[in-house]
Amino acid sequence: MSVSQADFTRALMDAGQQVPDGLVDQHGQPAGRRFDVYRNNVAAALTEAMHTAFPVIAKLLGKQNMDGLAGLYLRQHPPASPLMMFYGEDFPAFLEGMEQLRHLGYLGDVARLELALRRAYHAADAAPIAPEVLGQLGAEALMRTRLRLAPAVQVLRSPWPVHAIWRFNTESCAPAPQPQAQDVLITRPEYDPLPQLLPPGGAAWVAAIQAGGTIGTALEAAAEDQQDFDLGATLTLLLQGGAITGLDNKG
Amino acid sequence: MRDAASQTHLPAAPGIGYKPQHFTAIMQDAGRVAWLEIHAENYMGDGGRPLAQLRHLAEKFPISVHGVGLSIGGEAPLDPDHLARLKHLMGWLNPASFSEHLAWSTHDSHFYNDLLPLPYTDASLQRICDHIDQLQDTIARPMLLENPSSYLAFAESTWSEPDFLAEIARRTGCGLLLDVNNVFVSATNLGFSPQGYIDAFALAHVGEIHLGGHDTDADEHGRPLLIDSHGREIADPVWALLDYTLARSGPRPVLVEWDNDVPDWPVLEAEAARAAAALERIPA
Repeated sequence: MSVSQADFTRALMDAGQQVPDGLVDQHGQPAGRRFDVYRNNVAAALTEAMHTAFPVIAKLLGKQNMDGLAGLYLRQHPPASPLMMFYGEDFPAFLEGMEQLRHLGYLGDVARLELALRRAYHAADAAPIAPEVLGQLGAEALMRTRLRLAPAVQVLRSPWPVHAIWRFNTESCAPAPQPQAQDVLITRPEYDPLPQLLPPGGAAWVAAIQAGGTIGTALEAAAEDQQDFDLGATLTLLLQGGAITGLDNKG
Repeated sequence: MRDAASQTHLPAAPGIGYKPQHFTAIMQDAGRVAWLEIHAENYMGDGGRPLAQLRHLAEKFPISVHGVGLSIGGEAPLDPDHLARLKHLMGWLNPASFSEHLAWSTHDSHFYNDLLPLPYTDASLQRICDHIDQLQDTIARPMLLENPSSYLAFAESTWSEPDFLAEIARRTGCGLLLDVNNVFVSATNLGFSPQGYIDAFALAHVGEIHLGGHDTDADEHGRPLLIDSHGREIADPVWALLDYTLARSGPRPVLVEWDNDVPDWPVLEAEAARAAAALERIPA
């Protein structure tokens, strides 16, 4: 009786399935509980990976609920690659699809923030420019300038106070979240990812820069989003995050 | 047939499985630890702290790269993306050794993050040898293949595990990684003699030895079922089995693995010191 890996995985991921015939103990008897070791190993390792990947979600939900959700998630979305550091890509949408979690609408975006922080942690290194370089440009040259951003840089736009929720659950003295939309800039000064709150219009501005626009054209895009967009504050956030790695004002 | 020495450049001394929380302690004073083993998949990001730490460690210590995700025993072809990632890591790091498992972990493009068992048949032997040939061609060096810990057996198997591994080594030129805790776990779970297994093992091909802690459970008949958990000290009978092995193999690189409930550095270093003592008392 030969046991295919398809047979094995079917029983592995569904405890309701019979252990395949042909898996035995030392006396040739059905493997029985011994097969559960593999079931437990897989479920425990992937559940732990989810706790590690989404500590704020785990804190918001509590350990027991997180274990339960991870158990469902890992069966619907087993890892698609051996790079466990990126496991959980579908978790935000999974959380948003859970009927029982409808009243916690912000969970998806909190999970997206945690994913973005992990991507930033593993992103390629890039040396930032000295902050003075921007200050030395005249206003006109500044508007013509294109910025190269570090690979770690990401922006998350949310209708929820996602930055405040994240802080409230990771810092001891953070203020309680207030109901408001928040956009978050994720950078990585040296090795530790840093989520910072963007001013209104900042997300549109960074998106235009990432799309290859000049500071000037990005400013127009940001102004469409927010009339009194604060360019200085947004540039400061990027510089603080070591996020600007080069500039080009020739073209 | 190659000698084990040509498949690894690790010293015949204790190493430990590297955990990032020990970085500072190791860089300050590694004690009896002479080399480090990393899990390949944890260093396949594009940059950041993991790679920076690894570059620092590699300046001071021989590094063994231990893959846990290639699925060499898988029925499907090896994942070309993963092979490319391994080639890249091996290329820039140029480690002292590369090892992987006699196991599978990927099926139908899903990765199960565990080392799953396979039957020892002529068909699986051929498939594994093809995969190892492909891997060794890709990374342009021989690898070490590790014996698994087993909780059950396949009725269809026609080879014993030591013979199966020896035949793979003979056909592919790969070396073997002998995990003596896995031997003890499998021997207890499947009712064979761990010393008999070592006697049957192709020790000349062994380029590295692994040690780790296991947990104790029971099957539905009340017989002991040991779990290879890597979450505690190495058990005394496993230390005894290490002595038994080293007396027959001679000095080898010996690694202490502790992957769950990872202790503070001094506890881990003490395990490495115990491995050093075992290496020192090998009968001449």
